[in-house]
Amino acid sequence: MQSKMKESDPILEVENLFASTDNLPILKGVSLTVFPGEIHAIMGRNGCGKSTLSKIIAGHPSYNITNGDIKFSGENINSLEPEERAQSGIFLGFQYPIEIPGVSNLEFLRVSTNARRKFLNKEELDTFDFEELVKEKLELVKMDHAFLSRSVNQGFSGGEKKRNEILQMALLEPKIAILDETDSGLDIDALRIVASGIKKISNAQTGIILITHYQRLLDEIEPNYVHVMADGQIIKTGGSDLALELEKKGYEWTDNFVKET
Amino acid sequence: MGVSFVKVYKAYCNKLFLDNMVKENLVKDVVKEPYKYGFVTDIETEKIAKGLNEDIIRLISQKKEEPKYLLDFRLKAFKKWQKMDEPDWAGLGYKQIDYQDIIYYSAPKQKEKISSLDEVDPKLLETFDKLGIPLTEQKKLTNVAVDAVFDSVSIATTFREELAEHGVIFCSISEAVKNHSDLIEKYLGTVVPASDNYFAALNSAVFSDGSFVYIPKGVKCPMDLSSYFRINSGDSGQFERTLIIAEELSSVSYLEGCTAPMFDTNTLHAAVVELVALDDASIKYSTVQNWYAGDEEGVGGIFNFVTKRGKCLGKRSKISWSQVETGSAITWKYPSCLLLGEESIGEFYSVALTNNLQQADTGTKMIHIGPKTKSTIVSKGISAGNSINSYRGLVKMGTKATGSRNYSQCDSMLIGDQASANTFPYIKSQQPNSEIEHEASTCRISEDQLFYLQSRGIEFEEAISMMVSGFCRDVFNQLPMEFAAEADKLLALKLEGSVG
Repeated sequence: MQSKMKESDPILEVENLFASTDNLPILKGVSLTVFPGEIHAIMGRNGCGKSTLSKIIAGHPSYNITNGDIKFSGENINSLEPEERAQSGIFLGFQYPIEIPGVSNLEFLRVSTNARRKFLNKEELDTFDFEELVKEKLELVKMDHAFLSRSVNQGFSGGEKKRNEILQMALLEPKIAILDETDSGLDIDALRIVASGIKKISNAQTGIILITHYQRLLDEIEPNYVHVMADGQIIKTGGSDLALELEKKGYEWTDNFVKET
Repeated sequence: MGVSFVKVYKAYCNKLFLDNMVKENLVKDVVKEPYKYGFVTDIETEKIAKGLNEDIIRLISQKKEEPKYLLDFRLKAFKKWQKMDEPDWAGLGYKQIDYQDIIYYSAPKQKEKISSLDEVDPKLLETFDKLGIPLTEQKKLTNVAVDAVFDSVSIATTFREELAEHGVIFCSISEAVKNHSDLIEKYLGTVVPASDNYFAALNSAVFSDGSFVYIPKGVKCPMDLSSYFRINSGDSGQFERTLIIAEELSSVSYLEGCTAPMFDTNTLHAAVVELVALDDASIKYSTVQNWYAGDEEGVGGIFNFVTKRGKCLGKRSKISWSQVETGSAITWKYPSCLLLGEESIGEFYSVALTNNLQQADTGTKMIHIGPKTKSTIVSKGISAGNSINSYRGLVKMGTKATGSRNYSQCDSMLIGDQASANTFPYIKSQQPNSEIEHEASTCRISEDQLFYLQSRGIEFEEAISMMVSGFCRDVFNQLPMEFAAEADKLLALKLEGSVG
């Protein structure tokens, strides 16, 4: 489906990926290539392997790759630690952001940002310089400064947690961002804020993968490609109209698809 | 070192902290503990013969040129000790201590009378330099006065003149016996009587040195006071005794640090600390305990059996204990408050980190005697390796403690799947018109939390130490500034694999 005429090299290449957890196969041959500037949407029923795919790309230790490769900027990253992947520019926006009691959000964001900056050979920021940077980024997601002094995600509402994820994305300036159901649990206003934040952060050099159930996010951020996953495989790929069709007909419509080869 | 815990809550979690073997090994690496204070100072020492009997006690007293009442105090304590049994209610497993195989007095050889720091053996000054506690005029810490104790004796106290201008007395307890005998006679043993417990009795019989603090009426001590205890000899015990008296309307913040060399034998440390706060006085006592903990197999390390107690004698007086306990093979320690004065306040903030085969049994006793007394207990226990970490505490409301309140919070964190954490809260209330609140929790660093931090570029080890210090935040907030930073570093160090 994807155009063969690309000017630059792909950011992410997932090649015939098989993965399992506790010997239970979850991914059964997923292939996906993301070029700079592209937005991909992955849709599919709960349990089809969407979230697992995103976690495996980010390096979650609970999953084993049994076959296939993940390449980032042309390099195989199968055996890299999650922090190494993050430092080099892979970002995973969590469906359920994790609470870390006692750790201040500001300090967490600073340590994280500095880890990425160190990788990029940029100067690490002290608390004061970082405050300046973060102030600017808070604007993007319309978050109040008070969030910084709270513990990471603790006591945050669903929407606040998701905005905090986008704030992290803004600070880390990843090359590829995989956003796992970032739209779930958001009201319409929060959805717009999050969507506009994502759009402002992304540019012609970054790739984005949106994992979602709903058309409403894709109304805000129009994808170049829509992939439908079922039972650990991508069974259909199309343009943004595929999502619209899916919205109309529901997943039942995809039940009869066989994997396109 | 057989662990004789029977009814402990062995924290075996079905969903283990980390599932795969790679990470299991990583955790083992991470919690390996480097101990950078393990050096021995090669210095000529004066030691008396091993063993404990009346003659030894007379000899110690004689060496210190003590008045008769103090010798009597020692001998009486010794008689009591002889009739007592070593306590075993904490269920700690350790090799029987041979009290006749210990040297009860060991002091670096120095000139008879030292009039200034310049006369202190350079080796001793160098030792404290190495420990980060410079004592000389040029290098001494600027915002804190230090009493440096080496084995059985105090070797130097800084800022004495400056403190004296405010009427604050800060010196070794031996000196106080000579120069402020009236205060010693009045207060020594009034908070922790010799008969209090086995180790307090032992200390009362053989205590060698320690610090003495007296804050006169209405004086807010102009700087933090600090004692640094260094054990250097492998075969002698350390039995220091500290007494702090805060007169009406006075206040003081006191810090205590301790380290010891790495020996493959166990060294006994049995200290007694007594605090007295009169009307409207406040004493804040902070400890960072980093005695040598023994190696990974549990060989060596300090046996730390300590009795610390404060008496809120006056109305609206306040005593606050904060401690960060990371060292010692065994820690047995319950800094407590006797709340006698009306509206007096007792606080206990504790972080105890155990690793490898360390055992910690620590907590507090808040004894509410006067009306409208208040106490707060916040305890954070972190157990890694095969260690056992217990909180043991008593909150008691006496018959007259009407309108009194206690709040206790005891949290445990487990790292790895072989460590155990226990909480033993004892509550006794004889006063229906009082409130006692107790909260407890046990958590484990979850794989999801780790992955979340790692997926933001934060290294595995840093992620763990971030979460541990986050867990301890409530307590660190209570520590004096520099101490909090030191404690944070110390915990990270204890948890990191290869920090030099």
